[in-house]
Amino acid sequence: MARTAIRRRLTWRLATVAANASEARAVHRLSLQIDGWDGHLPGQHVDVRLTAPDGYQAQRSYSIASAPESPTVDLVVQRLDDGEVSPYLTDGVRAGDQLELRGPIGGYFVWRAEFDSPLQLVAGGSGVAPFLAVLDHHAAAGSGAPVRLLYSARSIDDVIGRERLQQHAERGIGVTIALTREQPPGWAGLSGRLTPRVIREHVWPADGRPSILVCGSTTFVEAVADSLVEAGHEAAAIRIERFGDVKGARRDSGVPTTRR
Amino acid sequence: MTPESRRLDGNAAAGRLSDVFVFDATAARTRCGGCGMTAPLGVYHVYADAPGMVVRCPTCEAMVMRIAQTPGHTWLDMSGVAALDIST
Ligand SMILES: Cc1cc2nc3c(=O)[nH]c(=O)nc-3n(C[C@H](O)[C@H](O)[C@H](O)COP(=O)(O)OP(=O)(O)OC[C@H]3O[C@@H](n4cnc5c(N)ncnc54)[C@H](O)[C@@H]3O)c2cc1C
Ligand SMILES: [Zn+2]
Repeated sequence: MARTAIRRRLTWRLATVAANASEARAVHRLSLQIDGWDGHLPGQHVDVRLTAPDGYQAQRSYSIASAPESPTVDLVVQRLDDGEVSPYLTDGVRAGDQLELRGPIGGYFVWRAEFDSPLQLVAGGSGVAPFLAVLDHHAAAGSGAPVRLLYSARSIDDVIGRERLQQHAERGIGVTIALTREQPPGWAGLSGRLTPRVIREHVWPADGRPSILVCGSTTFVEAVADSLVEAGHEAAAIRIERFGDVKGARRDSGVPTTRR
Repeated sequence: MTPESRRLDGNAAAGRLSDVFVFDATAARTRCGGCGMTAPLGVYHVYADAPGMVVRCPTCEAMVMRIAQTPGHTWLDMSGVAALDIST
């Protein structure tokens, strides 16, 4: 089979940083130039590997935040001040630097332009990264699949891809942003956490059989998945990707803490 | 931090498993040797504790895989997997 025959083993390769720009509070967008990149599917990620002078290595996964049509492969990285890898990526990397990575990885948590069923995206914090790729690809491919994004962020300054999301909203994508901690004057979006009631009201109804992708911190995605099942969605229609939790994430995860 | 909040899923193990498998592991339908449940590996729970990763069944929490890596070396224990079903 041709598809199998051309499948290659993923190997570590070098990416050149084309740009490193601030994207939101404590979040940077790294745009990477990768020779011989054969494209990817929205939802896939890469593994980035750092090697210290003494040979010690650390690897972490980052979702691809750009569509396959984009000239660069973009990552959106949130800095955890006490983290091992993320502060280096956000603050230590400059245009022209090289990074070691492998990918694209994953065929389960993906969206393809051939999928025409209604698509519901639910993101918490940096969990919106793969959905920026989904929405840009949806636009570039001229997909007719109806899409809604429900996105929880702490404050307006924490919203990742704000302008781009606005453009998607203008072309008919349902974009609902919930600000959990702080709302600017005149805020027209949702305020507070994604309670089961908010999820029931702002997600495609279960009888429309949407496919659902949920991404963010572990506490966030697990609570959202529970609420979706409570709202009548089939567990098999819900695909989730956990980014892990950080210290204090229970307080800031964008879901009610009383649930678990 | 609780063990639950450290939980990841099969997506997080896919890069490491690509050192072993030529197919995408997250889409591989995996039958748990503990309870017999079958689901894509992407649905399984993963606990990453350097230098290894432990993959557990989301239904019965049985350990299905353990992966440990050191530079130039990969060790994989799949004794908890009853079957893998791969689309080719
Ligand atoms: C598939 C996938 C895709 C991802 N995509 C993205 C993305 O697009 N953008 C993004 O920003 N992140 C993403 N992540 C998360 C990312 O991989 C890293 O986990 C994140 O950047 C933190 O890495 P770090 O090295 O900075 O922090 P780490 O050093 O790994 O620490 C993370 C947090 O855990 C705490 N911690 C560490 N070890 C312990 C311990 N033993 N006990 C208690 N607490 C501990 C630290 O204090 C810190 O708060 C993704 C994760 C996965 C699995
Ligand atoms: Zn099981």
